[in-house]
Amino acid sequence: MLTEIVGKPVPRKEGRSKVTGAARYVDDLRMPGMLYGATVRSPVARGRIRSVTFGEGVPWDEFVVVTAKDIPGENAVALILLDQPYLASEFVNHAEEPILLLAHADKQLLERARRAVHVDIEPLPAVFTLADSLARTQTIWGEDNIFKSYLVDKGNVDEVWAQADLVVEGEYSTGAQEQLYIETNGVIAVANAEEGVTVWGSMQCPYYVHKALLKLFALPPERVRVVQCETGGGFGGKEEYPSMIGGHAALLSWKAGGRPVKIIYDRAEDMVATTKRHPSLTRHRTAVSRDGRLLGMEIEFVVDGGAYATLSAVVLSRGTIHAAGPYNCPNVRIRSRAVATNVPPHGAFRGFGAPQSIFALERQMDKVAAAVGLSPAEFRRRNFIRQGETTATGQVIREPVDMAGLLDRAFELTDYQAKRERFARENAAVGAGGVKRGIGFASFMHGAGFTGSGEDYLKSIVGAEADASGRVRILAASTEIGQGTNTIFAQIASDALGLNYDLVEMAQPDTGNVPDSGPTVASRTCMIVGRLVESAALGLRQTLQGAGLLADEYTEGDWREACRQYVERYGALKSFSQYKPPPGVRWDDEKYEGDAYGAFAWAVYVAEVSVDTLTYETRVDDFVAVQEVGKVVHPILAAGQIEGGVAQAIGFTLYENVVWQDGRMVNNGMTNYVMPTSVDLPPIRVHFEEQPYEYGPAGGAKGIGELPMDGGAPAILNAIEQATGVSFTHVPLMPEALMRGLSETT
Amino acid sequence: MRAYLPDYNLRAPRSLADALDLMAREPGVWRAFAGGTDLMVLLEFGALQHKNFLSIRHLPELRGIEITPEHVTLGALTTYTHIQRDADVRREFPLLGAAGRETGGIAIQNRGTLGGNVVNASPAADSPPALLVYDAQLELVSASGARWIDYRNFHTGYKQMDMRPDELLRRIRLPRATGDLKTYYRKVGTRKAQAISKICFAAGARLASDGRIKDARLGLGSVAPTVLRCARTEDVLRDRTPDEATIKAACAMLVEEIAPIDDMRSTAQYRARVAANLLADFLVNLKK
Ligand SMILES: Cc1cc2nc3c(=O)[nH]c(=O)nc-3n(C[C@H](O)[C@H](O)[C@H](O)COP(=O)(O)OP(=O)(O)OC[C@H]3O[C@@H](n4cnc5c(N)ncnc54)[C@H](O)[C@@H]3O)c2cc1C
Repeated sequence: MLTEIVGKPVPRKEGRSKVTGAARYVDDLRMPGMLYGATVRSPVARGRIRSVTFGEGVPWDEFVVVTAKDIPGENAVALILLDQPYLASEFVNHAEEPILLLAHADKQLLERARRAVHVDIEPLPAVFTLADSLARTQTIWGEDNIFKSYLVDKGNVDEVWAQADLVVEGEYSTGAQEQLYIETNGVIAVANAEEGVTVWGSMQCPYYVHKALLKLFALPPERVRVVQCETGGGFGGKEEYPSMIGGHAALLSWKAGGRPVKIIYDRAEDMVATTKRHPSLTRHRTAVSRDGRLLGMEIEFVVDGGAYATLSAVVLSRGTIHAAGPYNCPNVRIRSRAVATNVPPHGAFRGFGAPQSIFALERQMDKVAAAVGLSPAEFRRRNFIRQGETTATGQVIREPVDMAGLLDRAFELTDYQAKRERFARENAAVGAGGVKRGIGFASFMHGAGFTGSGEDYLKSIVGAEADASGRVRILAASTEIGQGTNTIFAQIASDALGLNYDLVEMAQPDTGNVPDSGPTVASRTCMIVGRLVESAALGLRQTLQGAGLLADEYTEGDWREACRQYVERYGALKSFSQYKPPPGVRWDDEKYEGDAYGAFAWAVYVAEVSVDTLTYETRVDDFVAVQEVGKVVHPILAAGQIEGGVAQAIGFTLYENVVWQDGRMVNNGMTNYVMPTSVDLPPIRVHFEEQPYEYGPAGGAKGIGELPMDGGAPAILNAIEQATGVSFTHVPLMPEALMRGLSETT
Repeated sequence: MRAYLPDYNLRAPRSLADALDLMAREPGVWRAFAGGTDLMVLLEFGALQHKNFLSIRHLPELRGIEITPEHVTLGALTTYTHIQRDADVRREFPLLGAAGRETGGIAIQNRGTLGGNVVNASPAADSPPALLVYDAQLELVSASGARWIDYRNFHTGYKQMDMRPDELLRRIRLPRATGDLKTYYRKVGTRKAQAISKICFAAGARLASDGRIKDARLGLGSVAPTVLRCARTEDVLRDRTPDEATIKAACAMLVEEIAPIDDMRSTAQYRARVAANLLADFLVNLKK
């Protein structure tokens, strides 16, 4: 048997092809007779379509034109509900909503044609903010503008207010954020009545696209095929949206008699038309005793879902469950709602609602600490959840958890106490125009896998196959989108079988060839799907051993020989494994109560900032991320996930401001949507604690993909509060807002 | 690419004379294409209205840095990288060096030109405030001759300038003897690189031996329809010591003199406040 590969920084599977440029992204693919597709979109946020006219100077007879009338199946993007059309036919509900599709072999002419289509829309009053939606200034969706609401109710909050020594209230909000993957959305489709529909593209979830195309074309599953190409990042932005663009390309191809159609968004279109992080509003009311014990928390959490339901219900769910954080509080009530506005639907984005509610909570915790006269750290220490205690949904924490230990380690690494005191002293002496400094932290958790009964409902499947030469291929729909899926799956499988890492490879995610291992989202790929990879791989070994071809102990040579003989005698050697929930898991969807997640990752993040009082700009000078994530499968990739997530969180906190005008993003370019550059980022120091999770793969891995998005915003604003003495409650905190905040208090 | 490329023409004239001839024969039809770093952005967005361009990058008359006892003269095609590489220019005109270092990234610094930065006439451009402080002069050439004008009079309104359709910017001239000018440069753009200025502040001043300000020069970007030399604020400063009262008066005048707006990048309030803060910072540090 070989030494373990899990835990070692082996080269990433597709690293060489990416570095040398050999990797093929969808825009690198060209097919004979291919056309290019473009989308004509709504110029207004809400209205009734009066007419569509085709302008002068364009040879319209050369164009493929698709409207809602051309749709063979149902004009709805199948996701959770069926409320979002592929093409608006009568009403539009957000700016940039697709109305008509065009295709032509000449990309240049296509753009000219796109501009020559005039859509005349009678505007209707629209709703642009979460507050207006709640106030129902207009009813724009369903009966009450509400996509979904949840109630989590633990203990009896109503009784605590009277006994509490102190009640602290706070209101917090977060803005939209663009995912800004390097590769914009893009697909190629070939579709006709004879051969069915095939879509190649940049995506996270091939089976989501598959499901959507079945409905759109009214075809049986075997007539639809979806293939993931090399994908340049997703961050959630390619969870649901590829169903839209994939459907559009397929509709054009269908109308063009099966000629391939490629649609690639440019950055401006990708930013203006596709999903962003849900803006949110959170209200907290917290009851504490004089000695700083949490007695009760009442939390109202609202997210802005945009014009259609899409994934808002699930984003809301994760945000809701994380809203009370890693604290032991006997009485918790969380009411949450996802509401409709006339902006492009907000969607999946790393953290999926949790960064929003955790931001509010961790700012509120600093506020409560100050109110009871404890340091932020001491107050949290008194309330951290411990093994055997229950979360807001009543989930008993069965695994060992040591939040205080993480806090100690993070403080040691940052010299937190000494700095906190020093900055307080030095800031007092800083004159007008000087630089003020602060240090702050946030403590939080992030659940891995689908919420509640989600995984049980998905019933994901992973396959493994070995050929006559002994090479092993993993069959899964889980996608490599830059985060390292290929590499960690191969590590897990090679360790399970005791084989060389080079002997294991990943099949391209192709619904014609791989089983549905579920979407690549929710920090589930390593923990949930990785475990299935492990057992599917072990299935191969068991089959060989059952056939008497392999001993308990074997060499790579024995393995190859066994595979050769097996394939010769019985044909293909394959094994499949399907998800089963760990024993004792209990979840009540009605009451929103029980085991919300299989496992949590736990973390304490510390940020150090300086605030320039001349320009009101904040710089993050140092960042330490300490987390317990179970077994670390690949130390470099894992650290990379944390560093990238923290960088994205810093963008969310201080730089990335979506500027809206009448429901449309107006700074839809990388010039004016200011994401931080490498020179704006601090050193990001990553430290892992490993507490193996019994049901995780490779000796107990949990999820880490979303976690690093959660802690940055509150840690940074907590630090800014130390620097400036002002408690800011909204992110992004742009210099303009920081200036206003400072002048209101001085 | 959102432009319809067949609509566009790009020609490479054999010489400056050929270029100017063509521009004289068909005035308004042809415009210069230097580094293209402003023009290509418009083309990409499908927002480039003008259709016919003359590539001027290869014309030697517009290139090079020339140093005489009175002036340093920079060809319009001088790039930010050229400035960084010229130790004499950087030493004598540190504001230009500072502006260049903070302009775009390396690719833009290699490709973008000072002439393009000036004629593009963006109020948010980063080198013009420095040029204003150094009392730059521009040489405009056409088939009918050449003329020198003061840069501070060049911009006449938003994207409007004192330049005829048959003219090209050939050179930019900076008077020397700036040695004892105390300078200050600050670009404010939220992120540290690849930023468009929300405020760009360039300043220079001399202190007389009695501590009075002799020669105050303030060049600001992103606070008005054009980059702005703030003459009235300079008047307030002249012959006064940079004490608290002076700073207060100057900041008050500056806020009155500039005309910032709210746009997608920032707010008028922020721009005015930060401009005043930077002026105060400049003045406080003068004495040091
Ligand atoms: C990614 C990026 C980052 C940038 N960052 C900055 C920044 O930080 N600060 C900043 O100030 N700018 C920035 N710019 C803008 C641009 O790079 C500069 O303005 C540059 O100096 C323009 O020079 P150019 O030679 O490329 O101009 P071009 O694009 O070639 O021309 C610009 C305009 O000037 C005219 N023109 C050019 N040369 C002459 C001439 N000799 N005579 C007459 N007319 C002429 C052209 O006709 C055109 O109208 C950035 C641009 C990009 C794409």
